[in-house]
Amino acid sequence: MAITETDPTIQRPVARDAPPTKRPHATAREARLMQGNQAIAAGALYAGARFYAGYPITPSSEIADECARLMPKLGGVFLQMEDEMASIAAVVGASLAGAKAFTATSGPGFSLMQENLGLAVMGEVPCVVVDVQRAGPSTGLATKPAQSDIMQVRWGRHGDQSVIALCPSSVLECFTLTVQAFNFAERFRVPVILLPDEIVGHMRENVTLPLPGEIEVVDRKTPAGTPADYLPFKPDDDGVAPLAAYGSDYVFHVTSSMHGFDGYSNNDPANAARRVRQLHEKIERHRDEIVLTRVFDVEDMDVLIVALGATTRAARQAAIEARAQGTRAGVLQLQTVWPFPDEEVAALGRRVKTVVVPEMNYSGQVAGEVRKALGADTDLRRVNRYNGTFITPQDILDALAGPQCTDTGGNPR
Amino acid sequence: MTHATGLRYMKPGVLPHMWCSGCGIGGMLAALLIAFEELGYRNTDTVVVTGIGCTGKLDDYLVTNALHTTHGRALAFATGIKAFKPTLNVVAIMGDGDSVTIGGNHFIHAARRNIDVTAIVLNNLNYGMTGGQVSGTTPEWSVTSTTAFGNPEREFDICALAETAGANYVARCSPLHGWEMKELMKQALTKKGFSLVEVISPCPTHFGRYNEMKETPAMLRWLGERALPVERFRGLAAEQRHGHFPVGTLVDRDEPGFNERYETVRARAQQL
Repeated sequence: MAITETDPTIQRPVARDAPPTKRPHATAREARLMQGNQAIAAGALYAGARFYAGYPITPSSEIADECARLMPKLGGVFLQMEDEMASIAAVVGASLAGAKAFTATSGPGFSLMQENLGLAVMGEVPCVVVDVQRAGPSTGLATKPAQSDIMQVRWGRHGDQSVIALCPSSVLECFTLTVQAFNFAERFRVPVILLPDEIVGHMRENVTLPLPGEIEVVDRKTPAGTPADYLPFKPDDDGVAPLAAYGSDYVFHVTSSMHGFDGYSNNDPANAARRVRQLHEKIERHRDEIVLTRVFDVEDMDVLIVALGATTRAARQAAIEARAQGTRAGVLQLQTVWPFPDEEVAALGRRVKTVVVPEMNYSGQVAGEVRKALGADTDLRRVNRYNGTFITPQDILDALAGPQCTDTGGNPR
Repeated sequence: MTHATGLRYMKPGVLPHMWCSGCGIGGMLAALLIAFEELGYRNTDTVVVTGIGCTGKLDDYLVTNALHTTHGRALAFATGIKAFKPTLNVVAIMGDGDSVTIGGNHFIHAARRNIDVTAIVLNNLNYGMTGGQVSGTTPEWSVTSTTAFGNPEREFDICALAETAGANYVARCSPLHGWEMKELMKQALTKKGFSLVEVISPCPTHFGRYNEMKETPAMLRWLGERALPVERFRGLAAEQRHGHFPVGTLVDRDEPGFNERYETVRARAQQL
């Protein structure tokens, strides 16, 4: 049984003759064969991205290729920088000059970006980083998929901090979640990491892209008061401060050092505690808005499969086959990875006897979080592959069939 | 007529500054801010980007737009700002560790790209903030806290590096050349494309202490013996140049910068 991709989060417009617009792909109403990485670039442009800086790396390079062609056409900027540290640095600089800006990379490049990504957290600079996950460690299997950067996304930088990460499972989600990533970045002044795996990034599917207006596009909150009174780090009631752009009437100071409301260095312990707390709280307070999940066949389920990225597709196929064999299985897809959907996992996990977590890594990076959400008593079965191959529906069915751990690393038993 | 002081760009109440007696950073900052004022720079149109280290601290004294970044990456941040918003005056101020040691790759690529950013490099010949360790510009056989028996490595010539990599404007000066420093900075700031002013000013607290010029007068004598106006320096035979460096404008050319060239890219893309 084939899985067809439909996304209930997208509202189709009533009127089919929307006015012409300059946005890319605006007239692409018919289904179009498209690659995941292409859809990410298209989604970024739909969200209003007009600055891309990056460094080539497999399996993300098609995003750069698309942006190199499309950014200058739209009056934006494409820069191929000298390395990934410079790429994220240029993205942060452009964002502070008012751009919606992003970069794309994979494992080794994502590692190199960590320090300047920390600056984006500290300086509360909206930006999007796409990490198309490939198999490591180190250079690893450079062209093969993995889901092993889950923890690096959350904890890869020094210093305690919080970010948002989204994980698409289809070409359409590559588009929609990229738009969502920009929206969250702009709304919460935080770097958002889009975390496809190589399978999703290189997958080609027929997609009908949303028209302008079909998905909400959020722009950052800008200051409205007297320029002399502008405090770039004084949060409003929603926990987020307005952000001006370099070159506007609002002059402002951004620093990687600990700073006060005015953006100048401040070593006062009370201020430091307030700042660190605010960086976490602005995300924690809005976790219900940020946590996106999808469920399939969970109403009557006895078994829950928790999956993300390309593994969702194997999970859904496994659930369909399990039902045909008499096991009522359901699927929870984690579109948001961070903040982790612990409440959603717990709500569904409590209703079943068994929870299965398939993921393309050795350590069970997602399973560990699921365990935290469900407690020690849950029958939690891990399915792990870390040899650069895809998790199959049969791998998951095997885990459903027996209580034993089905970690074969993907090699034949 | 009143003379420019540059004070309008300084945050009120921050003086005296944090740098050591004999350090050149304060003088360099004064020259830069006077240059800003004489050029009519407005805070709204100006972004000062700094790195990490003694020099990297100076953004906290300013009321222009500012971005205090990570160690070595100031020019990459500055590149993003300038590439997206070419109307801004973007100045990256770095030390020798920032610019040509940890951040050397960004330095040569900013010059190659000829991005319209002015780099001001305070070369104090060592890592001052962390206790006087050897850097990529520490003269060979000098003593530092990590080269107790002399530096076995050769030093970078920052200006030669920028020239070779493609900068449009390159100048060098030292605290001995206060007013000239300001004039060189004005030329660098108004030059389209990548421009560099290197200010050689040995760290008195560490480099000076280890290398027999702990007191400021000794350091100024050291500079005076070595710094030669570029015309005089170029008139010397190669063997006579040893132990000297040229000061003044070393490179002045008008290759089109990145933003200018990118307009061609846009025009071509928009024809499709």
